[in-house]
Amino acid sequence: MHLSNEQLERYSRQIILKEIGAKGQKRLLTSRVLIIGAGGLGSPAAMYLAAAGVGTIGIADDDVVDLSNLQRQIIHATQDVGRAKVDSARERILAINPEVQVETWPGRVSSGNILDMISGYDFILDGTDNFPSKFLINDACVMAGKAFSHAGIIRFQGQLMTVVPGKSPCYRCIFRDIPPQDAVPSCREAGVIGSMAGVIGSLQAMEAVKYLCGIGELLTGCLLTCDALEMNFRKVELPARGKGCAVCADEPEIRELSGYEQPACGRP
Amino acid sequence: MGEETYSVDETVDVTDVVCPVTFVKAYSALEEMREGQVLCVRMNGDQTVQDVPGSLKQEGHQILKLFDNNDGTYSLIVRKTGD
Repeated sequence: MHLSNEQLERYSRQIILKEIGAKGQKRLLTSRVLIIGAGGLGSPAAMYLAAAGVGTIGIADDDVVDLSNLQRQIIHATQDVGRAKVDSARERILAINPEVQVETWPGRVSSGNILDMISGYDFILDGTDNFPSKFLINDACVMAGKAFSHAGIIRFQGQLMTVVPGKSPCYRCIFRDIPPQDAVPSCREAGVIGSMAGVIGSLQAMEAVKYLCGIGELLTGCLLTCDALEMNFRKVELPARGKGCAVCADEPEIRELSGYEQPACGRP
Repeated sequence: MGEETYSVDETVDVTDVVCPVTFVKAYSALEEMREGQVLCVRMNGDQTVQDVPGSLKQEGHQILKLFDNNDGTYSLIVRKTGD
């Protein structure tokens, strides 16, 4: 594979980074990343990964663009209201970088389809907004041995961790099980500032680039928390992988995907 | 410069791009090569001839020779150092 003059120009600012170089750029160009959720987190992540030249980007989302999304979901624009998010996201990605192959997954991610969905990708980004999906993505990625980035945001807060199955603690190692519905913030409590999604989603893209290029230290074995009101970033060290974890212990209790269904807010 | 004997292993033409891609193109070509191999960079006699040799030297590569092709272009001979 030979980088064209146009590619050398488009990616010049990262090719001249010693850690990336032409070698890293070629890796990015042949990499496949799946972004689950084309919302607040998925928007900046998809746009930065597209701009960086990740060869194939999968976008999974079953929702349509709503006016109330635009405050944080910057991959979509006002004229996209009512369109499928995967279509709107694809269009924006191609506008940024027509070289990217975009694969769209317009159905709802479920225990029935997720293993098939993630199987063709090198790295997965969790950009979902609910606990059942986060546990489903975690468990599926652990079972399939796929590295992924977990993230969550609410109000002025965000959290982020990278999971490399078999090597680092997973989401379930820390959070154990899907919280009961009444423990989950209600719509009234679930406000979020758009730039929080920008910060955390961009960090997810950063982890993806590092993982794909094999550089730096991944955010594994710890959880990064961000409190933007106080502007505190904390890196909380996590206990070792697998101890008593239902999915990533050496002898896991969970061996198949089921029981992730919980009605989402605003859905029948 | 000019005293050391060398044979060119690879050639890259950066006359078709402008700064900073001139450097990026030469840099990427060197990255593909093995330590000790010699690259000939053909470049325009504008700012490029001022910038690229210095930038490659900064990267630790060894500049062996720069000569005027008498057609508005220059050839820079550089040996890859480090891997």
